[in-house]
Amino acid sequence: MAGMTLPQKLLALKSGQKQVSVGEVVDCKVDVAMAHEALAQLVKPFKEMGATKVWDPNRIVVPIDHWIPASSESSAKMHASIRKFCEEYKLPHLYDIGRQGICHQILAEEGFCLPGDLVVGTDSHTNMAGALGCFASGIGPTEMAAVFATGELWMRVPPTIKVELQGELTEPVASKDVVLSLIGQMGDDGARYQAVEFGGPAIDALPMYQRLTLTNMTTEMGAKAGVIACDDETLDYLDATPMASGRRKEIRTHAGLRSDKDAKYAKTFTLDCSKLEPVVACPQSPENVKRVKDVKVEKVDQVFIGSCTNARYEDLETVAAILKGNHVKRGTRLVVFPASTSIYLRALDSGIIKTITEAGGIFNPSSCGACFGGMGGVLAEKEVCVSTSNRNYKGRMGHPESMSYLVSPATAAVTALEGKLTDPREYYSEGELRPRKAVAA
Amino acid sequence: MSQALHFKTQFNGRAWALPDSVDTDMITPGKYLTIIDPKGLSEHILEGWRTDFPKQVKAGDILVAGDNLGCGSSREHAPLSMLGAGIPVVIARSFARIFYRNAINVGLPVMECPDMPKDFVKDGETVSVDLEKGIVRNETRKLETKGIPLSAKAIEILDAGGLVNIVRKKLHARTTGAHKAPGAPPEADFKQD
Repeated sequence: MAGMTLPQKLLALKSGQKQVSVGEVVDCKVDVAMAHEALAQLVKPFKEMGATKVWDPNRIVVPIDHWIPASSESSAKMHASIRKFCEEYKLPHLYDIGRQGICHQILAEEGFCLPGDLVVGTDSHTNMAGALGCFASGIGPTEMAAVFATGELWMRVPPTIKVELQGELTEPVASKDVVLSLIGQMGDDGARYQAVEFGGPAIDALPMYQRLTLTNMTTEMGAKAGVIACDDETLDYLDATPMASGRRKEIRTHAGLRSDKDAKYAKTFTLDCSKLEPVVACPQSPENVKRVKDVKVEKVDQVFIGSCTNARYEDLETVAAILKGNHVKRGTRLVVFPASTSIYLRALDSGIIKTITEAGGIFNPSSCGACFGGMGGVLAEKEVCVSTSNRNYKGRMGHPESMSYLVSPATAAVTALEGKLTDPREYYSEGELRPRKAVAA
Repeated sequence: MSQALHFKTQFNGRAWALPDSVDTDMITPGKYLTIIDPKGLSEHILEGWRTDFPKQVKAGDILVAGDNLGCGSSREHAPLSMLGAGIPVVIARSFARIFYRNAINVGLPVMECPDMPKDFVKDGETVSVDLEKGIVRNETRKLETKGIPLSAKAIEILDAGGLVNIVRKKLHARTTGAHKAPGAPPEADFKQD
């Protein structure tokens, strides 16, 4: 038998076959189906399909995350239809106000996705769950209606690109810099219709919150999935999730899945992380990647810390450490959206919210917020935003003539202090944040 | 293709030339995502690319794009806006995967033409498309390029008029006991562990 890559093994497992080959169309069983506001769109096709019940209420997760609390009459109407659907079909995993969060963060931190799972979601960044050893991919609402009804989905087995990460990352360089560098090299369609499998010593050393950033942005390479094999870091992360209780064995059932030694990859990219510098994706494509020190952006109107890519607790911690005792530059607005309510609560407990607010930032309830120009920090004409999110397409965050630059949380934080795009290494020496004198507003 | 197909496979219309990497934010900007119906979405089609496009596009027009059409979000609004505008078929050198899947699922025929030259079509020229033969012609300048014929899966879905009808048949077969898969009864399929 020919060797298989990890993504191929996952699809073999889910389609009940010993072997799958590239290009083959396989019918798979879905383990986790996630729908956010797109659920409002799938009600109609779901009913038209003649479905009278969902295939498994326990495997469906519904985080309301794009406009929460409702930003307009039309989003309120969507939310009302979502709540009604969840009640009608007795879906227990509705994440509404009070425990809301960005859908991908909810899937990860609640412990819905286990190694070996097939996860689909009505959002392109569903790829993120691949950091937990799953095959995770985005689909549209009509297709999700079919999954809700049948629990099944066809998949074409994609070729796999291997990304080998050598060396180690030194702060303030982060996995965001890694993934942006990769997108810069591969282009925004470099992994189109393919799966990306990450490996190498830098991955072994990478904490989960940073792994999630890597797989999250495989979407910006056009990838169908981004996968990292399960290891001790994965198991420790999952064991600490709310859903882990009583599932220790289940979490480990497919923990040992690895690519075969003789697996064939379509391409291999090797990156030495110890040589990486902070990078920025300039407007208007995530592939337009340059070194931060080579790009001059003299006036930044807004810094956005948010999105499924980089608004986890540790990201906020990095930002707060840089901001502590200092103040955001006059003329620059700092807008923060923690990725989930539980992150918000941790940040409240640890004082991060106080630190960032005192430094001049504004905290918003957890949601996608300004990332897609939805609410809370939408940009006006010609405004410039430096953002920890994943896309900087034309008009993505507001007016078509606004501009966004994608960076790591550390780069975003120092930029907020300086009011211009700034290399965070100016604030660090030998991987440590340099002590600084407090500067008043 | 031996069997007669139920969906239209030949088209002739005025072309719009879209550049590479036209993303879903250009097709349906984020501020319109609370609109769900195709007609309403068509009022803003490609507004993020050209603000006056919704006024200029007419039913029957054909979109001819470069690489990676529909990259970005999983929003089904994008192909729905095209259906709403009466665009009968979309051609591109390549498609982003979710856009492609969404288009087929909602019943919008699309064809990938990897060898299509960059200046194959200009706005306003007439193009003809034959999905079965896998051919796109620029009738104005008498040019021709080949497309990748649709996969069996895509044909099956388009032929049924979209994924909704396929699943409806499947569910119906399950409840009436017809067309059972060999081996286990369908109910057993739902059990994961």
